[in-house]
Amino acid sequence: MYERHILICAGTGCISSGADKVQEALIKSLQEHNLQDKVRIIMSGCHGFCEKGPLFIVFPEDVFYCGVQAEDVPELVEEYLIKGNMVERLLYKDPVSEEIVINHDKIMFYSKQQRLALRNCGVIDPENIDEYIIRGGYLGLKNALKMEPSEVVEEIKSSGLRGRGGAGFPTGMKWQFCLSSEGAKKYVVCNADEGDPGAFMDRSLLEGDPHAVLEGMMITGQAINADEGYIYVRSEYPLAIQRLRTAIRQAEEYGMLGENILGFGFNFKVKIKEGAGAFVCGEETALLASIEGRRGVPRHRPPFPAVEGLWNKPTVINNVETLANVPLILRRGAEQFASVGTEGSKGTKVFALTGKVNNTGLVEVPMGITIREVVFDIGGGIRFGKKFKAAQIGGPSGGCIPEEHLDLPIDFDSLTAAGAMMGSGGLVVVDEDTCMVDLARYFLSFTKKESCGQCIPCRIGTNQMYDILEDITEGRGKPEDVALLEELATAVKKGSMCGLGQTAPNPVLTTLRYFRDEYEAHVNEKRCPALVCKPLLQYYIDAEKCIGCQRCIKACPVDAITGEKKQPHEIDQELCTQCSACFDACPKKVSAVVVVSEGLKTEEEVEVCEEGCKCQS
Amino acid sequence: MSELITLTIDGVEIKAEKGTSILRAALENGIYIPHLCDHQDLTSVGICRVCLVEIEGRRPTVSCMTPVEEGMVVTTSSEELDMTRKVNMELLILHHDYDCQNCAKNSYCKLQELTRYVGIDEERISAMRAPALDFPIDDSNPYYQRDMNKCVLCGICVRTCEEIQGDECIDFAFRGIETRISVLGDKPIIDSTCVTCGECVSRCPVGALVPQKAIEPTYEVETVCPFCGCGCNILVGARGGKLVSSTAVEDSPVSGGSLCVKGRYGLSFVNSPERLTTPLIRRDGELVEASWEEAISLISEKLGQYKGDQFATIASAKCTVEDNYVLQKFTRAVMGTNNIDHCARL
Amino acid sequence: MAGLATTLGSGAMTNTIGEVSDSACIMAIGTSTTEAHPIIGYQVKKAVRRGAKLIVANPQEVPLVRFADLFLQIRPGSDVALLMGMARVIVEEGLHNQQYIEERTENFEAFKESLSEFSLDFVSDITGVPEEKIVEAARMYAQNSPASLLYCMGITQHSHGTDNVLALSNLALITGNLGNISGGVNPLRGQNNVQGACDMGSLPNVYTGYQKVEDEGARQKFEGSWKIELNPKPGLTHTEIFDAAYRNDVKALYLVGENPVLTEANASHSIEAMEKLEFFVVQDIFLNETAQKADVVLPAASFAEKNGTFVNTERRVQRVRKVIEPVGEAKPDWWIISAIANEMGAEGFAYNSAADIFREISAVTPSYAGITYERLEHGGIQWPCPAEDHPGTPVLHTEKFNTPSGKGKLMPLSYRPSEDCCDFDFPLILTTERSLYQFHSTMTRYSEGLDELSGGEHIKINPADAERMGIADGDLVKVKSRRGELEVKARITRRSQPGVAALSFHFAECPTNLLTSSALDPVAKTPETKVCAISIEKA
Repeated sequence: MYERHILICAGTGCISSGADKVQEALIKSLQEHNLQDKVRIIMSGCHGFCEKGPLFIVFPEDVFYCGVQAEDVPELVEEYLIKGNMVERLLYKDPVSEEIVINHDKIMFYSKQQRLALRNCGVIDPENIDEYIIRGGYLGLKNALKMEPSEVVEEIKSSGLRGRGGAGFPTGMKWQFCLSSEGAKKYVVCNADEGDPGAFMDRSLLEGDPHAVLEGMMITGQAINADEGYIYVRSEYPLAIQRLRTAIRQAEEYGMLGENILGFGFNFKVKIKEGAGAFVCGEETALLASIEGRRGVPRHRPPFPAVEGLWNKPTVINNVETLANVPLILRRGAEQFASVGTEGSKGTKVFALTGKVNNTGLVEVPMGITIREVVFDIGGGIRFGKKFKAAQIGGPSGGCIPEEHLDLPIDFDSLTAAGAMMGSGGLVVVDEDTCMVDLARYFLSFTKKESCGQCIPCRIGTNQMYDILEDITEGRGKPEDVALLEELATAVKKGSMCGLGQTAPNPVLTTLRYFRDEYEAHVNEKRCPALVCKPLLQYYIDAEKCIGCQRCIKACPVDAITGEKKQPHEIDQELCTQCSACFDACPKKVSAVVVVSEGLKTEEEVEVCEEGCKCQS
Repeated sequence: MSELITLTIDGVEIKAEKGTSILRAALENGIYIPHLCDHQDLTSVGICRVCLVEIEGRRPTVSCMTPVEEGMVVTTSSEELDMTRKVNMELLILHHDYDCQNCAKNSYCKLQELTRYVGIDEERISAMRAPALDFPIDDSNPYYQRDMNKCVLCGICVRTCEEIQGDECIDFAFRGIETRISVLGDKPIIDSTCVTCGECVSRCPVGALVPQKAIEPTYEVETVCPFCGCGCNILVGARGGKLVSSTAVEDSPVSGGSLCVKGRYGLSFVNSPERLTTPLIRRDGELVEASWEEAISLISEKLGQYKGDQFATIASAKCTVEDNYVLQKFTRAVMGTNNIDHCARL
Repeated sequence: MAGLATTLGSGAMTNTIGEVSDSACIMAIGTSTTEAHPIIGYQVKKAVRRGAKLIVANPQEVPLVRFADLFLQIRPGSDVALLMGMARVIVEEGLHNQQYIEERTENFEAFKESLSEFSLDFVSDITGVPEEKIVEAARMYAQNSPASLLYCMGITQHSHGTDNVLALSNLALITGNLGNISGGVNPLRGQNNVQGACDMGSLPNVYTGYQKVEDEGARQKFEGSWKIELNPKPGLTHTEIFDAAYRNDVKALYLVGENPVLTEANASHSIEAMEKLEFFVVQDIFLNETAQKADVVLPAASFAEKNGTFVNTERRVQRVRKVIEPVGEAKPDWWIISAIANEMGAEGFAYNSAADIFREISAVTPSYAGITYERLEHGGIQWPCPAEDHPGTPVLHTEKFNTPSGKGKLMPLSYRPSEDCCDFDFPLILTTERSLYQFHSTMTRYSEGLDELSGGEHIKINPADAERMGIADGDLVKVKSRRGELEVKARITRRSQPGVAALSFHFAECPTNLLTSSALDPVAKTPETKVCAISIEKA
């Protein structure tokens, strides 16, 4: 009989920060103290708090140790497990109050969350089907198999579940279309081609609770009369793929997959198709083309996949998170699911919270929660006491929500109205040190590269917008550029064929809408207010503060700084390349190097000084 | 004739067969909707986005991919549509080598047609960031050349190769702005499986695929291809007493508007300097030039000595019906023998 | 074409090119359609895209195989075995069309009897095709209607070519695939106007429209029209003419637009025969290898320099129009012949135009009776077209066959091996094929660019054979047959099956037909250029 259970997070994040070494050390240490029969180690899926990993949680008392390394393990075993003394330095400290929090559910990061889709992540061993079953796994499927397909569809419809992949299309309606489509052969496809930079919701789900996704697919199969499913997953997710394969094998062994499942005469098999990393393959028709072995590019819709999908057969294609919610609805009923969330957006949504907040990681929140709660409560506020500037929601095609919309409820319709979108759930928080023009440029650099190249607006339009944004951030902006950007963004949004093109201009459109003054500063005054765009910056040395240590002179790669030892140094603006080496080299206590963005002079404004040069000073 | 559907385009009521796209229905009824990637012989794909229309009660969509429906109310032009289309065209033109005077497609160019119709804002184009158009021209094929600086990526060539020729030797390659039409391994076209049927060249709407030596004919005559037994109808163009072009007759019942490499590009044997131009008579072992009078009188005198079965004729399957009729009549009626055959068995 | 004439009454494509794309099943045998008839190749590929089943039977892995549901890589010369084997499967499995057989064919019992020879293991042994593939092909052809049979020289250029054609007609008859749209038995004619030359009686045994010279009535009709007494004895065929010249029985030869030095089987024999002629006239547009041996060479106008008509492989009579003036002093062929006839004092050759001649053709040829130049202005017409108000005939035999009984005759057949057999000295089979970029031997060699695309002549050898013989790709090899030898570069490719090598016959530099056999089909007198025993060694 075990006295204690220790959950070590084995998500990709924690593994890369050393979780597997922690496991090894723990096994060793327990053996040394002959505790191997008293303490059970569970390598769980992702807990979401990747920033603080590796996580090490001790049950039953729920003590939350974080940032644990292999060398800490002997101390934890001896001090805490044996002697019962808290190892304080490994406990969580609230970034705002600076108080120590012992229990994991008392941590703000977790306490405002509602983990439904992620219900098993970090709780069970994802490589053990029994743990999934003990937690109610495959009960939803059993319920579904007792129902008529149309009844299953009705249940999903009344739950109000909407697709978590981006567009938020009502899942039940999609299933209904597919169920009504004629044809003996139908497919269920799981879209696990998570491509947004920084997003890892789907990966964590697949790694932490693969059976939930499988069960969701099978329930879908029952609802639309399909007997075959594909999981299209990025090949960059080796752990997810491995756990999926294990899960499929175990489900097959248990008779949960294959012929005559649970004795209901229902057949279902699942195949894994590894994607090669094209962002556009997350678009459903491109994804299907890729499974079929063709070039992964979108096609015109209609016909929608529910009518003509994989190999021209009716196909339901749902995202990982959507599918993970499905077993819950079938197990607990639509009503209970619909009790969470808002009128138009039911249930929860998982976000990858990143950027300039104190707590980053994977969070699942009820629909309708405000951006403020996510950023300041769960995220613990902005780092280093900086000022919040915007929340970029919805991945590279999402939009930037400014401070005045901090109390915007997070649901499909409110976000779209504000110019952003739910997307697959990326949430990047930016502070006052972020240049919004540069941020737009960054996102466009991604979307323009990932455009499939078929339709003119997206292929050329995104590239053109990027070129203009690059010019603006490098001081080559022209007065007409802001209007041109707006026209291009509108045309690309309206003219493009698929979701990628239609949403790619969102970062430009929202930053133009909420931060137009930053664009104008860049274009008209050649100034970057956030001091980000290097070519628009000037570095000076404050003669009063400079101690003449010559550190900056040594650091400068272009020999732009002169000055005798113990004498104030000076930067030659003609030679300076704004590389920031001097700024970094200057001792923090001194801080004599200052950065400003005072505006480059235009050709006409440059006065020819006595020496005949066109210096900026 | 299948079911007829009534719809309204720009206030004009038209009828179209069920299953027709709005674009085709409009064009058949004399209503122009600008379009680029759509081609009557090929599957529609809706990738150029030029044929955008508004349909009452729906979001704007491309007319080439939308089948007509009873009572549909379609608008082809509005402020929003025009603007979207205009910017779209401007972006395309920005990435097109606009050297019209030196282009073989000048005045047949679809891009010119579209620009004329849509109208473009020169000021906006000049405000845009122009790319360097420096793809090398691929002239590895002896009959046609590929200039990717002029390609508009409509994909008509790709679909032609797939749907008409069935060869699938070209496809879209690379992504984003790097996208271009290429062959396996991004090699010169001559190293691909291309069979030089020229079907894509004849359908390319711009100057990206043009014949190597495009010479405008003075006039064209409809005749029949002289090669295999298919008997494709061709329009042969001539200039200065030489054949300079050959194109398919579009509604040919035989070929349906297609041709192969030989019919399209293989007729220059007619212009060969090695053609026989005078009769030749063997004198002292050598074939020397002679007049028709000499040749005919020599032949008739000689053949007079071989009437009956010691004479034989080999006729030709390349000659006309009339030639063959006269030849067998001559053999039978004048030479008195049935010793006539041709290469039907070879 | 003698084969189809026996069983169906007409030797021509029974259906129309445009119908091919609507077939439910296409069996292409002895044809590299995409190379030799590219436009028909498009139709086949279109049919496949629309869901038709495609069976390709060929000794070579021709490009069409890429689109095939089933590829039967048969040994050269084993076609009768394959086709009769398929027929046996169809009859045994009851897939034949009993009603059609009863109503429209005769001789079924005798035919059925002859199938006993073609057991699956026997057929598999002869053809080299696994038994299950033969069964699959039989089912595929019989169960997908309409089914179209396409064939070309790979069927006819054999010492048993007529049997091959009969076997095809049998297959179509027992499945009811004659007289239906998109079905039929469809020989693809190699040259632009083979059909027209045949229709016009450029054959030793028939006048125009296949009216037999031996037939008293036909002869009297032509004697009346031409106002001269005619020879009732059928003449010599192509290959026989050269044999007769070799024996000095034929002393004068008038040869138009051909190059037998390259195209005639067992070419060295033909060359010797030409050298023995006392008087030899060649009429051509180029001074080709054959013309160089003539006593008189006459410059002919090319297709673009004269008016007239061509008849394509689907019996469609189409207008050829003059585009430019003939080069130099070149003249239309009909003008030259007429001038000679006139010079010899003959009557009935006072033609002023091709139209004059065509009027005479319509008058003496029942199947052309309704065709006029005026009607052809509006597009081609498919014969038979017996009257001016007749629209022409896209599909033959829709109601009855042109046989005496009106029924299609099923022909009992037995398997005969090819004449030229392999032995220790000549262990490989050589077969001939065409290149897409070339056309027979002459015209295309003078069109710039095509040579570049075709890449010149190579003998195509299977990798296994090449390895055994120590030959690498690009090696110069010496190819020998019982009749001659030549040198050519080797191309190692799986297109050829083990034991079989292939050459085209387009290139004067590589006169393939020095090697080939002139063993003739006993009925059609077609030489066996498709099967020839050879040896290959490094040169």
